[in-house]
Amino acid sequence: MSGAAQLVFDRVTKRYAGRDTAALLDLSLEIPAGTFCVLVGPSGGGKTTALKLVNRLLPFDEGDISIDGRSITQLPVVELRRGIGYVIQQVGLFPHMTVGENVETVPKLLGWDRARRRARTAELLELVGLEQEDAKRYPAQLSGGQRQRVGLARALAADPPLLLMDEPFGALDPITRHRLQLELRRLHHEVAKTVIFVTHDIDEAILMGDRIAILREGGVLAQYDTPDAILAHPADDFVERFIGEDRALRRLALRRLDEVPLDPAPPATDSLLRVSTRNTARNAVSLMLEAGADRVLVVDDGGRVLGILTLARTEELLEQ
Amino acid sequence: MTAAGPGPVIPNFGQGSACVTGNHFFCWGWVRQHWGDTLEPHLVQHVELTVIAVAIGFAIAFALALVSHRLRVLDQPIAITAGLIYTIPSVVAFEILIAYFGLSNTTVVIPLVGYSLVILYPNIVSGLRSAPPEVLEAARGMGLEPRQMLWRVEVPLALPSIIGGLRIAVVSTVAIATVASLVGDRGLGYPIFYALQLPTPFKTEIYSAGVLVVGLALGFDLVLVAARRILVRWAQ
Amino acid sequence: MISLLYDTANAHTFVDGFRFIADNPGFLAHKAMQQLELAGAALGLGAAAALPIGILLGHLHRGSTVAISASIIGRALPIVLLIAIFLTVFGIGFVNNMVALAVLATGPMLTNAYGAVEGVDRDVTDAARGMGMSGLQILTRVELPLALPLLFTGIRIAAVTVVATSPIAAIAGGGGLGAVIVNQASYRLEGVLGACYCVMALSAGVWLVLLALQRVVTPRVVHT
Repeated sequence: MSGAAQLVFDRVTKRYAGRDTAALLDLSLEIPAGTFCVLVGPSGGGKTTALKLVNRLLPFDEGDISIDGRSITQLPVVELRRGIGYVIQQVGLFPHMTVGENVETVPKLLGWDRARRRARTAELLELVGLEQEDAKRYPAQLSGGQRQRVGLARALAADPPLLLMDEPFGALDPITRHRLQLELRRLHHEVAKTVIFVTHDIDEAILMGDRIAILREGGVLAQYDTPDAILAHPADDFVERFIGEDRALRRLALRRLDEVPLDPAPPATDSLLRVSTRNTARNAVSLMLEAGADRVLVVDDGGRVLGILTLARTEELLEQ
Repeated sequence: MTAAGPGPVIPNFGQGSACVTGNHFFCWGWVRQHWGDTLEPHLVQHVELTVIAVAIGFAIAFALALVSHRLRVLDQPIAITAGLIYTIPSVVAFEILIAYFGLSNTTVVIPLVGYSLVILYPNIVSGLRSAPPEVLEAARGMGLEPRQMLWRVEVPLALPSIIGGLRIAVVSTVAIATVASLVGDRGLGYPIFYALQLPTPFKTEIYSAGVLVVGLALGFDLVLVAARRILVRWAQ
Repeated sequence: MISLLYDTANAHTFVDGFRFIADNPGFLAHKAMQQLELAGAALGLGAAAALPIGILLGHLHRGSTVAISASIIGRALPIVLLIAIFLTVFGIGFVNNMVALAVLATGPMLTNAYGAVEGVDRDVTDAARGMGMSGLQILTRVELPLALPLLFTGIRIAAVTVVATSPIAAIAGGGGLGAVIVNQASYRLEGVLGACYCVMALSAGVWLVLLALQRVVTPRVVHT
């Protein structure tokens, strides 16, 4: 294993007996290797169902799902699952095992020797931001955020090319949730695996995803694209409503000031509002409105002036 | 009580110590003198009986629990049968079995096994069911086979319930095994029976055997509590 | 006394047990009456001790360890030992057996009485206190009525335990069906079996009668 895998949904349909609307209807999705793909939508949209089809916790009725070109039905179920990392909202850590033993579960199933398992556990604990001593502790002794980190480490233990995450941060308080979102994003930059991430929170989707797939009720795919493209060109009314009326501002929130084209600064800069490059274009606009100005001076951490950003320029950003 | 049974020394009114002939409250002298030929052998028998009965009862109860864990339908019938067994008074059970197996160890062990089984079965079943659903889902999603899930997750999580059941079963068995002396010279019930039958019931023998029985129950219980502490590190 | 003799038994013998009952109804009824006398007295004594203590502790929400241990200790004390000890104290007769069985009965009754009264919804008792009821009034008008089902269940359990265990009193001169059961020499296997059936029928009967009584006595709203 290791590396990243391509995942393809090919016209997948799933129905539940006795219900008129399907859980998933004719879903086709191609997720390139290494992509962080978020499945988002209202409840009943089938996003968790779609996730559980991949590791065959649920069966599908029509279509096919393939990993790196191979249909998931071709592999014995247990072998398939051992090759996919799975993280759920309540984590499901084994209460009777230490953190270390939890993390080592799949490597042990795969027959790794003890030295290799121990080394891998140490590596993972550092990766997810835990202390080495935590390996000996029991889940009951950990906080919610720590438990979810262990869950993530456990899923990554055997270095699977694909990671499934089902609303993993849903049960955490907002501060911990935000911290873990950022860390997961950072982690994905370091270890570029294919990740399928389910959430009902559009903000989380925009923050985390390389690609977003919006599923509407009845399991129909509404739109599948990058966050910026969805915000710029929502496919229909449903998507528009789902992402909210402030999508222009959200688009601007995706642009950091050090990536945005700036105009040269005038010689006299004292009267201008100064804004650091660590801010987003959205923050710049917010500050302009507050100060009643139509431009700000952009400076980097060292205080060096990089240019000015005008309101007109930000409008141009939105036209892209 | 058999007339020709091998037994403890009959306090010989006339040649025994003053304490014994006077049947005072408690005669240490008698205890010291007869530890080896009376108290200790019966204590050992009692321990053996208890351990064997609970061990067999546990084995059967565990097997039944595994079966009804897989086939939920069987749970009700087994539970009802167990309940019915429990309603049979121990005296009745022993007396009926005497007719079939005589005054043998089989007669004694069968009812004791039955009562242990009846206590252990529901505890083991509820223990196996106590695994939180999200733990089982994560285990399945990670690729554990059903058999691995059973032995690596469900059974370890059932240990607190199992040990709880063992404590009750062992203590009950120690108590019921005293009645087993109806079937002959085995266990700590016998010295008590014997001392009761004498023209003047001999207090020291009764009290010393009694202390041993209660002490034995307590001892077993402490051992199991210690076992829990060792085996169930994760739920202290 | 316990005998060395035993009959070789077969399936026929189980039926013979019923025939023994049919042949000796008066005799067995008399024995059963003796049994019930002993059991009843023991239950009464045990209740007199266990119920007030259990109810009081539950009302005061104290002494939970005592109440819970009562059951555990009750299970651990062999009835044989209790009978023997009380025999040395009271001499042979009715009293020693009664007291021994009473000790056995206190366990379930104390634990259940405690649990029943202690477990009454705190919101309800708080409301009662807020209305100005005294402690005694709360106990008699609120807690006891609500506690009845569980309390009565404890009495039922104790009753059946006592009835089922009382045959053993035969070793210390307690009469009743136990005297038949342990005397296989005189009554042969049919007699022993017949008496056994009677004991089990008595236990079941006591259970059902008390269950009916419980239904009658419990306020309608509280039926479990």
